[in-house]
Amino acid sequence: MAVNGLTEADVVFLRELVLRRSAIVIDESKDYLIETRLEKLARDLNYANLGTLVADVRRDSGTITRQLIEALTTHETLFFRDVRPFDALKREILPPMIAARQASRQLTIWSAACSTGQEIFSVAMLLREQFPEVVNWPVRLYATDISGQVIERAAQGRFQQLEVNRGLPAAMLVKYFERDGVDWKIKDDIRRMVRFEQLNLLHNWPADLRPDIVLLRNVLIYFSVATKKELLTRVRHVLRPGGALMLGSAETTLGIDDSWERAPDSVTPWYRLPRSGP
Amino acid sequence: MKAIVIDDSRAIRILLKRILVAQGFEVFEAGDGRQAIDELEKTGCIDLALVDWNMPVMTGYEFIVEIRARAEFAAMSIMMVTTESETSQVQLALDAGANEYIMKPFTDDVLKEKLMLLGLSQD
Repeated sequence: MAVNGLTEADVVFLRELVLRRSAIVIDESKDYLIETRLEKLARDLNYANLGTLVADVRRDSGTITRQLIEALTTHETLFFRDVRPFDALKREILPPMIAARQASRQLTIWSAACSTGQEIFSVAMLLREQFPEVVNWPVRLYATDISGQVIERAAQGRFQQLEVNRGLPAAMLVKYFERDGVDWKIKDDIRRMVRFEQLNLLHNWPADLRPDIVLLRNVLIYFSVATKKELLTRVRHVLRPGGALMLGSAETTLGIDDSWERAPDSVTPWYRLPRSGP
Repeated sequence: MKAIVIDDSRAIRILLKRILVAQGFEVFEAGDGRQAIDELEKTGCIDLALVDWNMPVMTGYEFIVEIRARAEFAAMSIMMVTTESETSQVQLALDAGANEYIMKPFTDDVLKEKLMLLGLSQD
């Protein structure tokens, strides 16, 4: 049955298109995402309904298709999402890692699907608050997302009021943000800590990418098992010895890539490679 | 867990109460800061106060200052929920002893996420 001009065949076409272009699986339980996200795109592009938008996408492999993929593959984010992963960074992961890297003074943290930047900016603020000793290190915070639009927004470090309401402690709001009209802007010294780049995780990664910590949270859930396996293998190959991998609370390496071990007694699941000292 | 919702708007009190009840709180209500202090003197120290800034009789800011001067309520978390959104206002509330701050308008998720920050969430 057609919904807002969208037929079953359109939905199947969109699922296949997204799978082909981004390897993201939109299963049937997520069909509502297709409708809600495309409604906004259709409005922005002045389409009367979703059916005419999809008809144009079927004819076009360029701009509209790219915008449609971006609309369907961007995901919710908020500052200090789920809280506990940031506790794990603060108490379990960063202290031994920083101690072990006193000589090299190198630390690279990669937010692999950073959306509008809240996750990596949370890490930047956490470093400032809890680890002042690394202020003068050449810390590399690298943030990537499949969507160019999202990366552009993230790089500006500008957030709406609703966004800074979400998950951000008020004490950090007043310390690290300033009002900019009706929006809030993260201060330049924090913004400059992060390098943002558009990156499809299925394509080549930068040759010099050697992260100590990889934040791949709420990403694997959108991929097939084969793609999950491929991604975890690639992370394993680039991760520095003693490094850490953080996944979303509904994700695991178990049964997909058993080279990883779950950190014992952690406040939240995070993963590392055995027999590699810090 | 117990909370008090302090706002002169009945609609806002109903909205906040609904979210808190769903999170497992027993909820008391007050229409201004003075009423809230009267209520708290009966209940004793509870887990959380959500307080608006601009109210008749006693503002939310005055409420925070008075409550933070009383040691028996030291363990109570206070969250300001207000339309005041200037950095200086947020700072003023924090300096007075607020633990968290929500700028209206907000969604259910905003409140739940702030409860999580305060360690008061069941999620």
